Amino acid sequence: MNAFNPKRMLLAALSAVAFAGAASAADISGAGATFPYPVYSKWADAYKTQTGVGLNYQSIGSGGGIKQIKAKTVTFGASDMPLEQKDLQLAGLVQFPMIIGGVVPVVNVKGVQGGQMVLDGATVAAIYLGEITKWNDARVQKLNPKLALPGTAIAPVYRSDGSGTNFLFSNYLSSAYPKFHDTVGANTSVQWPVGIGAKGNEGVANMTAQTDGAIGYVEYAYAKQNKMAYADLINSAGKTVAPNAESFQAAAASADWAHAPGYHLILTNQPGPKSWPITGASFILLYRTPPDPAATATALKFFDWAYKNGGKMAADLDYVPLPEGLIKLVRATWKAEIK
Amino acid sequence: MNSVPAIAPAQAAGQRLRERVFRGATFAAALLVLLLLGGVAVSLAVGSWPAFSHFKLAFLTREIWNPVTDEYGALAPIFGTLVTSLLALLLAIPVSLGIAIFLTELAPTWLKRPVGTAIELLAAVPSIIFGIWGLFVLAPVLQRHVQPWLIEVLGPLPLIGKLFQGPPFGIGVLSAGFVLAIMVIPFVSAVMRDVFETVPDVLKESGYGLGATTWEVIWQVVVPYSRTGMIGGIMLGLGRALGETMAVTFVIGNAHRIGSSLLAPGTTISASIANEFAEAVGDLYTSSLIALGALLFLITFTVIAAARFMLMRLDRRALSSV
Repeated sequence: MNAFNPKRMLLAALSAVAFAGAASAADISGAGATFPYPVYSKWADAYKTQTGVGLNYQSIGSGGGIKQIKAKTVTFGASDMPLEQKDLQLAGLVQFPMIIGGVVPVVNVKGVQGGQMVLDGATVAAIYLGEITKWNDARVQKLNPKLALPGTAIAPVYRSDGSGTNFLFSNYLSSAYPKFHDTVGANTSVQWPVGIGAKGNEGVANMTAQTDGAIGYVEYAYAKQNKMAYADLINSAGKTVAPNAESFQAAAASADWAHAPGYHLILTNQPGPKSWPITGASFILLYRTPPDPAATATALKFFDWAYKNGGKMAADLDYVPLPEGLIKLVRATWKAEIK
Repeated sequence: MNSVPAIAPAQAAGQRLRERVFRGATFAAALLVLLLLGGVAVSLAVGSWPAFSHFKLAFLTREIWNPVTDEYGALAPIFGTLVTSLLALLLAIPVSLGIAIFLTELAPTWLKRPVGTAIELLAAVPSIIFGIWGLFVLAPVLQRHVQPWLIEVLGPLPLIGKLFQGPPFGIGVLSAGFVLAIMVIPFVSAVMRDVFETVPDVLKESGYGLGATTWEVIWQVVVPYSRTGMIGGIMLGLGRALGETMAVTFVIGNAHRIGSSLLAPGTTISASIANEFAEAVGDLYTSSLIALGALLFLITFTVIAAARFMLMRLDRRALSSV
């Protein structure tokens, strides 16, 4: 009987809750984007062993992150889609980039290996608009004079769940092809006129792999770790580039951050001969005048530590750390804008 | 046997108190359900108000779903929800009926228990497993073997041919129907089996005694006797199919379009919400997704109400025929 004493059990449960509450009180709380979640949690682990301060990050999506920071339930919000300067000012928020990643087109065409096919933004946009329907279309063939392309029908695969990947990809297609901009546009979810929607990177990767003639797009880390047949892209300087850490960093470095208020910069189609055209940063949102200054200071310490020590860990996970110049700018922003 | 000793007054008072507390506790539990349901209804109404007041009735009749221009219409998800659920029932009812009849009337005793347990286990598989299985295992099989055949053989036919045209993607409305059917079968067949078991043996034995075959006993005694319960089981399955989210999201193709073909990608209400809610920014967008939830609530409510109504009429007819 005694072992199941309900009073005692209730007491134990209550004290467990109280203890957990006390333990997490000193932790940094954040919520938002799913794309940087693996690297944030890796940083958090290392940071906790060094300093004892943990990070409670809920990867509920960028939209959720923006809502949570506006509701002041978390110390920082994270978003893959930067907020406009006027929205930032309205909400009293400061925004800065934390980590860089990229999106890679993957193809499944018989006889074509990874890195053999070359595409450009206008062609990919025309495929996703349903204008180009066969792989041996003159516009694809012209970019790949050496490849013997089959007459297979193209099956465009898109990501059905709202995501930063969708935003970057549709933003890239919009800037490369005016008709895509006018009929579809850029967002975390858009209304695709053709194709099939698969859920998450794994869904897109799998649909592309099992459908003959498919084209899809996934996060770079995902494409690399699963050795998917990616396509090279022609960037805005007219050069053919392969997706890798150098080409992402080149895009981030050639961007004009100093003249972008609120760091509102989307790294698609950046100038520079080495820049990968579908690159993007993931952003952090903090209050200019924080409701809890101590918590925000703790969070800033963590971000500062991550800038300083997180590069290697990020690279291990196939993310790209910010270029040194940009980190300097962000630190200056912290000093000037966060009270 | 001694006489029952009288209860001490203090003990009687304690018992009365216990009765009262017990009654109060059960009443509170029942009330909680109503409160929760009311809370859901109210928050759905409040949350979906901006979408309904902005788009008015057009929200129900338009196929567009464009987060870029902030224009939303629920026709494609409503269509997809109803079509996949009906498809699932169409596939699941005959199979479930077969399972239930086999298990109650025909199976040798040693086989009843393992098959019955297997079906119950199938009901306990989480829906995400069905989704991943659908995407990785079922979809390639459908794409390579089943759909090309459908397109070739049924595609050119008049009338129903339209349902089987287009490229074989492997995922789409038909695949979602398949996966849903598999998920619904355990529920429907378990209920049907339980109902068939309640048929009094004396009725069946009278049938056999009059020289009826097994076929005749099943269709003229067992099935008519359990009609009410069978409909209940089917409605339970329909309820599950209407609201199923994860498994459908993986295999339906998630396109806000209404295709004439069953092989084309589509979307359902719950799949749209699961896909887009996390990243939805903007009041109208969020509100439109909540409005989808409200519509699903209404559809489910209508289905349950219709089922109740049907059962009531059946009961009345059964009574009047006695």
